Amino acid sequence: MLEFLKQPWPWYIAGPLIGLTVPALLVLGNKSFGISSSLRHICAACLPANISFFKYDWKKEVWNLFFVFGILIGGALAMALLANLNPVVVNPKLAKELAVYGISNYDNLVPLEIMNWPALFTLKGFLLMIVGGFMVGFGTRYAGGCTSGHAIMGLSNLQWPSLVATICFMIGGFLMANLILPHILAL
Amino acid sequence: MENKKNTGFETSSLDTVGLNESQVKTTWYQNIKYLVVGILFGIVFVKSEVISWFRIQEMFRLQSFHMYGIIGSAIMVGMVSIFLIKKFNVKTIYGEPIEFHPKTFNKGQIYGGLIFGLGWAITGACPGPLFAQIGTGATVTVVTLLSAIAGTWVYGFFRNKLPH
Repeated sequence: MLEFLKQPWPWYIAGPLIGLTVPALLVLGNKSFGISSSLRHICAACLPANISFFKYDWKKEVWNLFFVFGILIGGALAMALLANLNPVVVNPKLAKELAVYGISNYDNLVPLEIMNWPALFTLKGFLLMIVGGFMVGFGTRYAGGCTSGHAIMGLSNLQWPSLVATICFMIGGFLMANLILPHILAL
Repeated sequence: MENKKNTGFETSSLDTVGLNESQVKTTWYQNIKYLVVGILFGIVFVKSEVISWFRIQEMFRLQSFHMYGIIGSAIMVGMVSIFLIKKFNVKTIYGEPIEFHPKTFNKGQIYGGLIFGLGWAITGACPGPLFAQIGTGATVTVVTLLSAIAGTWVYGFFRNKLPH
């Protein structure tokens, strides 16, 4: 059983489990599934700086911080108890493309060859981690949600603005992965 | 109402702060249940490799159905759940009616959505996976997360000047 659980879980198991988070949070306390709001609550708690966007009682939204801290612990537990010791299996076409940029280690879910502490001080690492992270935080708040709040919660509740947002997430992702990222990885 | 105005474009439950506030008195340990949901969610994230940079690259190159299957089936389950909650008027465990917050359209969903999409394909992570990646021991993701928090802060700072 444990060996079975250690394998990568297929989409038809993982997807429905992720979808069940929507009713779970609603039934447990009327909470709308959303993760990027947690970044706003952290700003409101740590550095509101008199900015109206951060002037609210973040303590009333503290459930969201418990939730994301749980995600972090879940990540640690999955590695401690259910780690898959085999490398991540990817489409051979992707492996071929990434090999050109010197990425050949699939032992971790994060490509440690390009995302590591010393790399932060290179232009490539700066773009991948610092600029990339900034765009994730800026973009999600500007859009009013991320994959969870818009793509999953918003579409589940048939909200057409969430469909607009989700389509834009995908357009941005396709542009980056296919047209811009190759130039960054080549640095 | 001041708060409502300040968070007009926000889509979270903040919209209703002070309006439809729950009558249930909250204590900190009631939040433990959200921690537990988060833990289960984080385990699924890791085991399905949703938090893998490689999986995100495959998705945006149309090289694998995996991520589309996960997001698609999550939406289907969420949709059916919400339909059932509305149809049978399901209540929370505290007996309160479940509320839904309609999302209003603004141009931020386009501009912000594109910016997030670009960032998603670079970092290989949306906000949830950033937390899970840190848990798996990818300590450098702390920097990506701090940068995302900085991005959120800068958005808040310039918000009034940005087109919405």
